[in-house]
Amino acid sequence: MSSTAEIQTGLAEILEEVAGVAPADATPEKSFTEDLDVDSLSMVEIATAVEDKFGVAIPDDELGGIKTVGDAISFIEKNNG
Amino acid sequence: MSAAAIQLPTGAAGARVLGIGAYRPRRRVTNDELAQVMDTNDEWIQTRVGIAERRWAGDGESLVEMSVAAGQQALDASGLTAADVDLVIVASASLATQIPGAGPEVAHRLGLARPGAYDVNAGCAGFCYALSAAADAIRAGSARTALVVGAERLSDVTDQTDRATAVIFADGAGAMVLGASDTPGVGPVVWGSDGDQRDAIAIPQGTEHITMAGQAVYRWATTKLTDVLQEAMDAAGVTAADIDVFAPHQANLRIIELMAKRLGLPESTVIARDIVRAGNTSSASVPLALAALQESGEAKSGDLCLVLGYGAGLTFAGQVLRMP
Repeated sequence: MSSTAEIQTGLAEILEEVAGVAPADATPEKSFTEDLDVDSLSMVEIATAVEDKFGVAIPDDELGGIKTVGDAISFIEKNNG
Repeated sequence: MSAAAIQLPTGAAGARVLGIGAYRPRRRVTNDELAQVMDTNDEWIQTRVGIAERRWAGDGESLVEMSVAAGQQALDASGLTAADVDLVIVASASLATQIPGAGPEVAHRLGLARPGAYDVNAGCAGFCYALSAAADAIRAGSARTALVVGAERLSDVTDQTDRATAVIFADGAGAMVLGASDTPGVGPVVWGSDGDQRDAIAIPQGTEHITMAGQAVYRWATTKLTDVLQEAMDAAGVTAADIDVFAPHQANLRIIELMAKRLGLPESTVIARDIVRAGNTSSASVPLALAALQESGEAKSGDLCLVLGYGAGLTFAGQVLRMP
């Protein structure tokens, strides 16, 4: 079980690695597609990296509902630990 | 009950590729041309799939005609003649008629003397499935020399106004001639299927056009298939450091780059990026990509190649082979 801050930091690392998003930009209110320029295929790479890092499963039909960094953090909090 | 024993042919120690051929349709379709009929643009296509242009077949470029052209080129490159070939396998997922298959007509038009001839439909994995079947037939003694063709006219089954598929799928044919060899030139196949994802790439029954669950296929390709590639190298007894040429199915440039990165291929490995100018030609993509690298001189005779087909089914097949 990770804290919200730890999840946000871990997610920011993934976003930087996969999509070149500066960690300071990976704040909860940001939309992946609108604000961070993350496309649908990069979302898949982010999902698989999140699965590896946090031990959660993100099926494709759930992935569509994750629009913002905050959505991703909530999803991880709800499903890990 | 008869006591007569069934005898078997001796077969061959191995099979190897003797020649590669390719046919690319005349009509080039650029991203800008597609942008005129659908909501897309060059930048969108290049960043998501890595395609700059593709070929769409027209008159005189039926699936059989393209197969014959690629097959003849492979035959010429092999130094053999039509009389030497006793097996023809055509891999395709887009033949317009279900009956008959393309194999017998391709053989006939090439002037082959009544070889065994049939088709394989394993989606975009078709060529690598057929390559394996042909190599096994040569090893078993069922055939001495085989022609394997991958041919597609995906433009026939693509909604040419749908930006999700029309920008990706394309036409063409590639071929290889295989013969017996004392030293194996085609490694063991590592193949399989994930039929629970049969709907991920399909022409749904009662419809005419191909649909694809892009994210699901992308996830499958970039996670599971890296293991398949490693298994194919393990099965052949080689490592990533030995691979001179990496030529996976040309589905998406980002998948190709991710696979290469995750496999830990050396800097010196030549990576096939034929998708940039050919689009996704399904079962034709692997031989087309190798033909292009051979023509440009980037792949040389004797080079060790890692190939992989994967697609509708879902199906996958990978193997190591040596360039002729």
